[in-house]
Amino acid sequence: MIWIVGAVAFWLGAWALNVRIANSAVSRALPARIAVPVLFGVALLALWEGLVRGLGVSAVILPAPSQVAVTFAASTDILWVDFVQTVLKGALRGFLIGVVAAFVTAIVIDRSAFLTRGLLPIGNFVAALPIVGIAPILVNWFGFDWQSKAAVVVVMVFFPMLVNTVQGLRETDRLQRDLMHTYAAGYLQTLIKLRLPAAMPFVFNGLKIATTLALIGAIVAEYFGSPTRGMGFRISTGVGSLSIDLVWAEIVVAALAGTGFYGLVAWIEKRVTFWHPSQRG
Amino acid sequence: MRNLLPVLTVLALILGIWWAAVGPMNMRAALDIAERGGAAVVPEGSVARREVSVWRLMAQNSDHVAAGYDLDRPRLPTPTQVGAELWKTTGAMVLRGRAFSKRSLINHGWITLQSTLWGFLLGTTLGILGAVAIVYSRVADMSLMPWAIISQTVPIVALAPMIIVLSNQLGIEGRGVPKAIISAYLCYFPVLVSMVKGLRSPTSSELDLLKTYNTGPVQSFFKLRLPASVPFLFTALKVGIAAALVGTIVGELPTGAISGLGARILIGDQFGTPLAIWSALFAAAILAGLLVTALDLIQRVTLKRMGFRA
Repeated sequence: MIWIVGAVAFWLGAWALNVRIANSAVSRALPARIAVPVLFGVALLALWEGLVRGLGVSAVILPAPSQVAVTFAASTDILWVDFVQTVLKGALRGFLIGVVAAFVTAIVIDRSAFLTRGLLPIGNFVAALPIVGIAPILVNWFGFDWQSKAAVVVVMVFFPMLVNTVQGLRETDRLQRDLMHTYAAGYLQTLIKLRLPAAMPFVFNGLKIATTLALIGAIVAEYFGSPTRGMGFRISTGVGSLSIDLVWAEIVVAALAGTGFYGLVAWIEKRVTFWHPSQRG
Repeated sequence: MRNLLPVLTVLALILGIWWAAVGPMNMRAALDIAERGGAAVVPEGSVARREVSVWRLMAQNSDHVAAGYDLDRPRLPTPTQVGAELWKTTGAMVLRGRAFSKRSLINHGWITLQSTLWGFLLGTTLGILGAVAIVYSRVADMSLMPWAIISQTVPIVALAPMIIVLSNQLGIEGRGVPKAIISAYLCYFPVLVSMVKGLRSPTSSELDLLKTYNTGPVQSFFKLRLPASVPFLFTALKVGIAAALVGTIVGELPTGAISGLGARILIGDQFGTPLAIWSALFAAAILAGLLVTALDLIQRVTLKRMGFRA
């Protein structure tokens, strides 16, 4: 009982503190903007911990955050091996191949206005499809190791990236292109100096969508067969053998990898598209 | 309509590439079957053939290439094979009056559709409520928004098995609820982001006008902010319903479900029937297309009635 009351009290206290920070004069300062969401997250974790302990929830159903942290610290070697297999080998390689292939395809397609008009609706449609379902087919084609995971990721990231790049390449207006024309710039120069930079916000939008898709693809593909390592493998066997705390530790790794990957792309975006209105102010 | 010809051209291109790829993809399997049937094949034995490239096999055994286009269990089926399988498990079953038999994709599609719609409803509700909270409360804006973004970078598939275990332990029968939760998880985010944008879209002069009418916050919400956000809402709903379908299929894939389109893919994989996988994939694509088109129609009618310029 004391755990529940304590956790709820802590949560309420944190919320009250957040209200005070948010309504205070410093609410627009960077420390406040970081402190408020962090406090919110910590309060949620405390609530989870308190409820699990207070209600005596069995560890095979829902382990407490502290227990997950202990398991995490005790099995860093397993988690690292899985991280390398799934994220570095499967997701990252597939991401790079798929994104580069889509980018090159977009630039080639862009030369023909006819093909662009045909491809955009189809690409938009395919990008909305549940492409993850292709995972068992590709695992069958490319075997159990990381190659098949990378292949799933390639297919998943290709269309969102393609559509965004093609749209970005159409971003320049008549006036800007005419200016390049008066400079006697050729196709290649116009592409590199004007159209690609103008397309960057769209390209990065595609890249950010692709980061989350890449991890989803790599993990799902492992459910259909993998060597005896990898995050998807560990999660599916962990659920079967009731080592739920290890599964949660893998989920933490997946969450950290996903957030880190996304954060990295967003950071690069900030550097590249500093001139765009959405990055200013 | 202007885009019809280009779209058809690109579709034909894709189908052409697909059809051309079937030959090389299925060559080895076709040769194995031909050899077992007593035909002369160069080189003999599937182990020896593994050393030879597909292109040489096709050149040396050119009369067996056609067999690759008509296998029972192809590595890559032809478009016509997939179409025939789709018809066999949907239209043909309707004609025999067994639209909802266990082998019918209509039955599985219906199960997937139900979870999708429940997840869509849940996700949309959460997204709208969250957006209202974020627009009206600075605390919610500061504490919820970063976590909403982070939640989407967490690969949901990692969580999916846990959601199913948890809901089983809580005594929830069947897979409908966990599947709906997973699809709501994927679907709430676009709605939340667009609704925040939409609810904030009225200009300050519009808000000022309402203030001169002496309207309270509730009235200005229903008379101004909510109507102004409707175009944003529909754009998000179209993204959201596609995301909800992805979520449902993800929920069905790795978890040993036995009904639903995702489960058909899983079962097709376990029993080595590629045609079942491909037809389920295309059924899912058709379902996605129908859902998005339906929302698009509703959007057009609603916006026209509300007086937005289409």
